[in-house]
Amino acid sequence: MNLAGRLTVSAFMHDPITMGGVLMMIVLGLGVVGALFYFKRWRWLWREWLTALDPKKIGVMYLGLASFMLLRGVADVMMIRVQQATSVGASHGIVSTDTFQQVFSAHGTIMIFFVAMGFMFGLINLIVPLQIGARDVAFPFLNSVSFWLYASGLALINLSLVIGSFSPAGWLAYPPLSELAYSPGVGVDYWIWSLQIAGLGSLLSGINFTVTILRMRAVGMSLMKMPIFVWSVLCAMALVIFAFPILTATLAMLALDRTLGMHFFTATGGGNPMMYVNLIWSWGHPEVYILMLPAFGIYSEIVATFARKRLFGYKSMVFALGAITVLSFIVWLHHFFTMGAGADVNAFFGIMTGVIAIPTGVKVFNWLFTMYRGRIKFATPMYWFLGFVFTFTIGGMTGVLMSVPAIDFQVHNTLFLVAHFHNMIIGGVLFGYFAGFSYWFPKMFGFKLNERLGRYAFWCWFVGFLVAFMPLYILGLMGATRRLDHYDASMGWQWLFIVAGVGVAIICAGIGFQLLQLAVSIWKRKANQDLTGDPWNGRTLEWSVASPAPVYNFAVLPVVSERDPFWEAKEANQAYGLAKYSDIVMPKNSGMGLIIAGFAFIFGFAVVWHIWWLVALALLGVIVSIVVRASDDDTEAIIPAAEVQRLEAAARARRQTA
Amino acid sequence: MSVVRAVAPPDNDKTLFGFWVYLMTDCVFFASLFATYAVLHTSTFGGPGSAQLFDLPPVLAETFILLTSSFTAGLAMLAAHRGNKHQVLGWLMVTFVLGAAFLGLELKEFHHLATTGNSWRRSGFLSAFFTLVGTHGLHISVGLVWMGVLMTKVWRSGLTAVNLKRLTLVSLFWHFLDIIWIFIFTMVYLMGSLS
Amino acid sequence: MKLRGPAAAIAVITVVILAAAVTVLHMGGAVILNPKGMVADQERTLLIVATGLSLLVIIPVFIMTLVITWRYRETNTKATYQPNWDRSRTAETIWWLIPTALILALSIITWQSSHSLDPAKALASSTPPITVQVIALDWKWLFIYPDQHVASVNMVQFPEGTPVHFVITSDAPMNSFWIPALGGQIYAMPGMSTQLNLMANTTGDFKGSSANISGVGFASMRFVARSSSQLAFEQWVAAAKASGNALTQASYDQLAKPSSNNAVKVYTLTDRSLYDRTVMKYMMPLPQSSELGSYGSTQ
Repeated sequence: MNLAGRLTVSAFMHDPITMGGVLMMIVLGLGVVGALFYFKRWRWLWREWLTALDPKKIGVMYLGLASFMLLRGVADVMMIRVQQATSVGASHGIVSTDTFQQVFSAHGTIMIFFVAMGFMFGLINLIVPLQIGARDVAFPFLNSVSFWLYASGLALINLSLVIGSFSPAGWLAYPPLSELAYSPGVGVDYWIWSLQIAGLGSLLSGINFTVTILRMRAVGMSLMKMPIFVWSVLCAMALVIFAFPILTATLAMLALDRTLGMHFFTATGGGNPMMYVNLIWSWGHPEVYILMLPAFGIYSEIVATFARKRLFGYKSMVFALGAITVLSFIVWLHHFFTMGAGADVNAFFGIMTGVIAIPTGVKVFNWLFTMYRGRIKFATPMYWFLGFVFTFTIGGMTGVLMSVPAIDFQVHNTLFLVAHFHNMIIGGVLFGYFAGFSYWFPKMFGFKLNERLGRYAFWCWFVGFLVAFMPLYILGLMGATRRLDHYDASMGWQWLFIVAGVGVAIICAGIGFQLLQLAVSIWKRKANQDLTGDPWNGRTLEWSVASPAPVYNFAVLPVVSERDPFWEAKEANQAYGLAKYSDIVMPKNSGMGLIIAGFAFIFGFAVVWHIWWLVALALLGVIVSIVVRASDDDTEAIIPAAEVQRLEAAARARRQTA
Repeated sequence: MSVVRAVAPPDNDKTLFGFWVYLMTDCVFFASLFATYAVLHTSTFGGPGSAQLFDLPPVLAETFILLTSSFTAGLAMLAAHRGNKHQVLGWLMVTFVLGAAFLGLELKEFHHLATTGNSWRRSGFLSAFFTLVGTHGLHISVGLVWMGVLMTKVWRSGLTAVNLKRLTLVSLFWHFLDIIWIFIFTMVYLMGSLS
Repeated sequence: MKLRGPAAAIAVITVVILAAAVTVLHMGGAVILNPKGMVADQERTLLIVATGLSLLVIIPVFIMTLVITWRYRETNTKATYQPNWDRSRTAETIWWLIPTALILALSIITWQSSHSLDPAKALASSTPPITVQVIALDWKWLFIYPDQHVASVNMVQFPEGTPVHFVITSDAPMNSFWIPALGGQIYAMPGMSTQLNLMANTTGDFKGSSANISGVGFASMRFVARSSSQLAFEQWVAAAKASGNALTQASYDQLAKPSSNNAVKVYTLTDRSLYDRTVMKYMMPLPQSSELGSYGSTQ
């Protein structure tokens, strides 16, 4: 038996551009490790962060990793844009076809699973317990396992850059191309296992937050008094619960095909590749809404706060969220009208897709009427919201166009489609998370982000987005299909690809401004301090506590009687009262989540490379760690009432200096 | 019984509810495999189909063993609510042995199929069969490990509130697997043999 | 009324860039908007109608956004401020109804066009259709004319004004068969046959490609769809028959091996069952072809 499986020295050999990426990663990694040694921060890192069970800290770690992956995803974009702008006629661009295909597959996978999902779970962790008036999530340890599984998947996908290669089969790896017969290397296996591990984390988070929202709300907060963001998360988590098991099963079957020679999705042997396409989109379409719904929730919170008015049509909004949740499960076939399912089937799924536009349209009208007769303050989060209204409506329109099967036949798999979903995911999802990030940033760190630089970042993103994607719409109508590493000069496409590249450069400037904004805001944090805990004149419970929020969130668990409880309390001059404090029980930190996910990472790596003894060892490690953790009965610590008293008094003093 | 309820920790409700939610996700997972099996059960690629391969009597035996184990798991829970530690351990042991016997019979069937040229590599149908039934078997194995660990815990620290919670969860899990098996028995074996 | 503020700037930028995009589209390079075939023509009309319908909602939304954000800006203290006004049954009913009406109209269009433009539906024409069997290979297209007894690689020719009935499969990973000037695409899948009916209104060379990634050579899976006069088509068939290249199982197996940027080549067809066998070999083990499962490790 070969102890190293199929791992050989050649796995470390790459073309120059990939080598550059590898070197950058290694330098960055060494830099971080070096800094930790230099500043003697290892113990701090372990105690304060790596073992943290506090959802606010886990949220910050999600956001940190997601931001890092955003940079990686954007680096991939730059390569795609340069390649497509230069690989014309006699020139074949800057990278080989194989590398190019790995790059766009990695780009899609990373942006959805590790950027969008990371931002989403980060914000959910930070805000949901605070908004429902809870001190924690339902299962704090499970939450840490979820996060570390996400981190493991993320580590595995980055490792594919260094050892071996990534999947060249697109972000959803359609078989039979992704089967062993056509993709014999380790790339698809890396894709499968990084998603499988991260996806398991998402599934556990879905369970966790469903229970948190349904079982841990403040006294008096009935379902119809929940903040709308919490509603949007509840709907998204319901989608996670029903959709992610399908992903787990589908990935498992593809893995069984590839590792044990089964015939689920193989072209021959009785396999059925079309079944994969159906299964993956039964997960994939709900996934779109898993990302989208929380962003809708964020926009709703922001509009109400900055218009200083109650959210208009709350019940309509909740009903619309519910309708979208249900409908998102019966539209999956619109991703492959071109499979030849027949007119009746195509028409049904086309009409259902159109129907989703109804509740979505209602939400837009409700946002507009929230601002109507309000007093709108244009802080950075509102800029993202307004940008969203314009880009998302355009994306919605092109989506409605593609819901008509006969139109879809002409634009499916073209850059028109690529432009459409970027319209939804950048203009809809990402803008929403950026808005939420700057909105809730003070709650995380106790100071606001620099407004001016935030606006610069927004303008670059907004203009860059239009400049980058309008040409793609045009290219799609010119017959340019997606994922081309090369095309003929006679097509007349090149100048539009160059314009799109300029758009990406403008977006990069936006990212530069965001990094600068973060740096300047940290540098001048004293000037932007949020002493009150309520920097935006907020409406919901998260603004009733100090910024940054204390570890226990609420010294005294709130009792709620209104929909915007903090706003109402302020109106009635009862926002801040004195209270008698008692001991608070909080979970103790635990490194076991990190350890379990570490074994999962080793497991993933070993399966990819067929190192079977290590697979067995890693599995054993997972099982033993779970049993050890389950046997640990000493998992809680007490924060004495006196300590709570001290922290709350300090917060009150800070508020009074403001 | 009311006494037991009174000492249960306040987050019992959360855990139990969370476990139900987990079971639902597992249901969706199995539903995906069932759907796959339904699509692939005729994709034999020239190989044998379910009517030629499945032998009902041993599967009926498996079914009875698993149903009985579900019953004994229920008896263990009743004993737990009465606070009778030895009965709990006894019934858990019976359940464990029955579960192991079920798993043994299943592995025997797998072994027979694989050694007679009908492994999961043979066809889409057999891939779906091995995966669906094997995933259930894997769940049974997890249940056995869980039960084993729990037996040592109950033996050492008795019927504490935490152990009672764990017992409730493991018995829920076991009944759930029983229900899944009924579906497998009906859809895979019964309908397969009759077709 | 003067409008300023971020929403106005956002709107101006959006409108300028959209206008630029529309201008570029008017320059004429967009093949989907300048169709040369009956199906593509109807699909373009559909695209324009649906766009118009959507604009009925989108333009009012844009204008409302502009007006509301300007009028109710923080500094405009003259505007009404009603912080607790959060519902209006009339208003909400109206905006449930507006998109519903729009989607209802669109649904009717969707239902009708899905049937009238079903790719498998034969086109109404007085001219009898010709059948072309298409096999997507790694990484080229093979066109088989079972009735004319010829075949060709990376080029398909047919007479103008004649319905062409494409029957499509793949002897490679999934591809998508697409001639945008003539009409929408359809997947080419191993072990499956899909159908596509197209008809060119004029003569000319149209560009065809695979719209679905199928491996490293996928970008080079381009072909020419040549619509010619009936006479030119017959001459082309005759030339193919006289070419001396015979498409047999053996020469097919040779052709099916992975290669890219293949030159156009014509064949005379000796074996009419080639297409059916290619589909069937994925469904059943064929005699003497034990290597089917181990294909493709040459990459």
